[in-house]
Amino acid sequence: MNYFLTDEQKMIQELAEQIAREKIRPVRAQLDEAEEFPTEILKVLAQSDLFGVCIPEEYGGLGGGILENCLAVEQLARACIGVATSYAASGLGAYPILLYGSEAQKAAYLPDIAAGKRLAAFAVTESGAGSDVTAIRTTAVKDGDSYVLNGTKQWITNGGEADIYSVLAVTDKTKGPRGASFFIVEKGDPGFTFGKKEKKLGIRASATRELVFQDCRIPKERLIAREGMGFIIAMKTFDKSRPGIGALGVGLAQGALDIAVEYARKRIQFGKPIITFQAIQHKLADMAIKTEAARALIYAAARHLDTDPPDAGKVAAMCKVFASDTAMEVTTEAVQVLGGYGYMRDYPVEKMFRDAKILQIYEGTNEIQRNIIGQELNKEYGRMKETFF
Amino acid sequence: MKIVVCIKQVPDAKNVRIDPHTHTLVRQGVESIINPFDLFAVEAALRLKDRHGAHVTALTMGPPQAEEALRDVLSRGVDDAVLLSDRAFAGADTWATATALAAAVRKLGDVSLIFCGKQAVDGDTAQVGPELATLLDIPYATFVKQVELGDEGRLKVVRKTDEGMEVWRLPLPALVTVLRDVGDPRVPSIKHKMRAKKAAVPVWGLADVGLSEDRVGLKGSFTQVVRVFSPPKRADRRMLEGPVSEQVEKLFQFLKEAKVPGL
Ligand SMILES: Cc1cc2nc3c(=O)[nH]c(=O)nc-3n(C[C@H](O)[C@H](O)[C@H](O)COP(=O)(O)OP(=O)(O)OC[C@H]3O[C@@H](n4cnc5c(N)ncnc54)[C@H](O)[C@@H]3O)c2cc1C
Repeated sequence: MNYFLTDEQKMIQELAEQIAREKIRPVRAQLDEAEEFPTEILKVLAQSDLFGVCIPEEYGGLGGGILENCLAVEQLARACIGVATSYAASGLGAYPILLYGSEAQKAAYLPDIAAGKRLAAFAVTESGAGSDVTAIRTTAVKDGDSYVLNGTKQWITNGGEADIYSVLAVTDKTKGPRGASFFIVEKGDPGFTFGKKEKKLGIRASATRELVFQDCRIPKERLIAREGMGFIIAMKTFDKSRPGIGALGVGLAQGALDIAVEYARKRIQFGKPIITFQAIQHKLADMAIKTEAARALIYAAARHLDTDPPDAGKVAAMCKVFASDTAMEVTTEAVQVLGGYGYMRDYPVEKMFRDAKILQIYEGTNEIQRNIIGQELNKEYGRMKETFF
Repeated sequence: MKIVVCIKQVPDAKNVRIDPHTHTLVRQGVESIINPFDLFAVEAALRLKDRHGAHVTALTMGPPQAEEALRDVLSRGVDDAVLLSDRAFAGADTWATATALAAAVRKLGDVSLIFCGKQAVDGDTAQVGPELATLLDIPYATFVKQVELGDEGRLKVVRKTDEGMEVWRLPLPALVTVLRDVGDPRVPSIKHKMRAKKAAVPVWGLADVGLSEDRVGLKGSFTQVVRVFSPPKRADRRMLEGPVSEQVEKLFQFLKEAKVPGL
């Protein structure tokens, strides 16, 4: 379908597709099997300027928005969402600085992130605080010209691999939701260490680790915006990043569809290619319908979100839910189309099926996204004067 | 330092068909790619540029559509490009090609280093590089796997030959033809892609490089392709398998049975 992309957007899409085809597809199975972080591929992405897609030009980026980010992510995800997640998580880690950082913070961190010289990560989750972000217990206490952090973050993508961490910590317990703040912590800061690398069902090329802060002392200039802004920054970050999770889903679904159709045309049973059986055709048709519908939603929503609309939270949540559910459904059906071969590691849909599940969980579970959408509907309709029945 | 990389557009070997009657390549409708070895030449040049700084110019002789190949390498970080294109250049053999390239290199002026691929996958001659160096009267090294710029502007290269590795030192200016070992060709970057799209690619014809018609193209060629044919299949080939000691034993028996003198 023609989505009326600009020449520059097409360029981003083509380049990401080329990298996915030439550099990611040939090694994805091996990265998955060895649970190996894709250092070499991230170097290629760095050199291709793609880490700078949504960072302003004055900081060495390309000055794109959410749509440009989604276009890049989608193409990478078509080959491997483990690699694409590592890439996207750096953008996620950069958003708090990009959206709320001081001029000095932006100048200090964004050029390196845009150039892919330093990888970023985003750290909110803790063992007792998943969906309920307000339950975090990591603290940051002001002490002269420093803040001192204590606590443990769990399941942080790019943990241990990244150099720059946007970390949410409680600065004033008495203030509840207004008592948390974001900090920039650098790898190598005193008192900052990493836990073991998690063993995962899917996206095994991505690294997920614990971040441990033990009297971790950082300069007070590492506070992002003001104390108490933490949850607002987290929410605004998700408004920007959740369409990107949707794009991971679209790319993954497309990747699975590509393989399912190609396979169905080649696989002979009962003397015919299985694609001639209507049961298989209908499966493939539904997979294609859902994938295209998800893509159309993501692109339209990304354009809308680039205008900073008031309903950003709801629309970003819709992107995340719809495209991740699509990816789960399409990869499940792709395995079915390939039958027993689909269940074997020799074919990429086995990995795609395992990978898909994470999209319904991280960056806010799909239940939480539906909560956001539902609560927003309640508010929107509550404000309306019109009645419909 | 000025570096020139010579590249060539070739038919994509994956899609090439042989005309069953004429036994020649059917080039119509076949997609063109950059000769794969030339992409390694580009990479070698860009790596030197990354390390020491340099101005890299890509040069190709070909029909107007060869501009595509030049824009591709511009998008990978080559600084500028020149297309040698003129009806008079058509039908050139390796010598006439090298003649035109040499004239273009002279026109560029002050070139310290020229990179070529080890050979082109369509003609497979591996001659243009050495001929170009000969015409320019500069030293050259072929089948190079590693290039380093040493002190006092000397080039250290490692050649891979059938006999083993050779380490050479060359004074500049020089020409080097490279193997894939120099490093994987980089992918384009968005910024270079945008620059490549807008870049002006000058087209130089016969007059621009100051050559006469009899020295280039078909007229300037010493060789002519009289006939192209598939060689007859080599008969009776066998693969020996198993541990090397067993293979040697089998080979020895085989040669003995074949009554090879001295066994
Ligand atoms: C591979 C991986 C990478 C991750 N990367 C990062 C990262 O980089 N940074 C980071 O900060 N975090 C990261 N996370 C954490 C992730 O965001 C959380 O796992 C997620 O938010 C869910 O939290 P939880 O796992 O504690 O589940 P819980 O919150 O315990 O939820 C359990 C179940 O209950 C449901 N549930 C909970 N509350 C409600 C409710 N109010 N209404 C309806 N249903 C509800 C959930 O939807 C879910 O189905 C990562 C997680 C994984 C697995």
